[in-house]
Amino acid sequence: MGDVKCAFIVQKPQYKGETSRLAMTHALAYQTVEILLEDGDTVTPSLCFIGEGVLGITKGQKAMDIYGITSSESHLKNCLLVDLDVYVCKEDLDKFGISVDQLPDAEEMGAEKTINVVPFSEIAKKMDEAKHVLFF
Amino acid sequence: MGAITMGVYPGLVGSASYDFAIKFAGAAAKKGHKVSMWFSGNATGSVKAHQKHLKDYSTGEKYLTELLAAGVEVCTCEACTVARGVQKTESIEKIQWNAMHWYLARIHSADRVLLIGGE
Repeated sequence: MGDVKCAFIVQKPQYKGETSRLAMTHALAYQTVEILLEDGDTVTPSLCFIGEGVLGITKGQKAMDIYGITSSESHLKNCLLVDLDVYVCKEDLDKFGISVDQLPDAEEMGAEKTINVVPFSEIAKKMDEAKHVLFF
Repeated sequence: MGAITMGVYPGLVGSASYDFAIKFAGAAAKKGHKVSMWFSGNATGSVKAHQKHLKDYSTGEKYLTELLAAGVEVCTCEACTVARGVQKTESIEKIQWNAMHWYLARIHSADRVLLIGGE
């Protein structure tokens, strides 16, 4: 069957519910899914943040210090570290007054990928390209 | 007939979303589809055995047992489940326990994927 592309679309804010975080942890699992697949089969997720989903992904979070839980920022950095493609909707960032330089990167961890801030039309393309689209 | 993979995230009590997922899976299995259900988030609380079915609350055990008997595959996220204090030894029989890559693997082989979002 080869590669199956999936678009993980996060449209709920982080910390408001659990599923927006689960989108990240499920997407991260693409790293280990091959142990359950036939040789040559892969799953390639694109992780996309749209609408209110762009809330709660800025850098400088203290969730671990204050609540003892892994922050969304940390999950996002891990996604970048394992070469996941992460897209954030430019129009929605603008709507909430969030600037691109408020978003985290994982350069200090050695990640080569960075967050792609793109117009919604690019995220729509990712959904078109995917075999399955999952809304979180 | 096709392969349907369902991601189920809502809690057992609090909305009818969980009930819908169960009904949908049953209807699909009855039609002859191969159905795989992945429980994550609050849905994982529903895998605990010995649930008392009070009529004011949704219930999982009776219907999950029927789905399993009908050949529906059900797997719960181990991390989500133990985080809620439910141990494997307390689980409804024949429910699988695994990690998130189980869901991705079933997505890989699915014709259709349905994600029932949670709270």
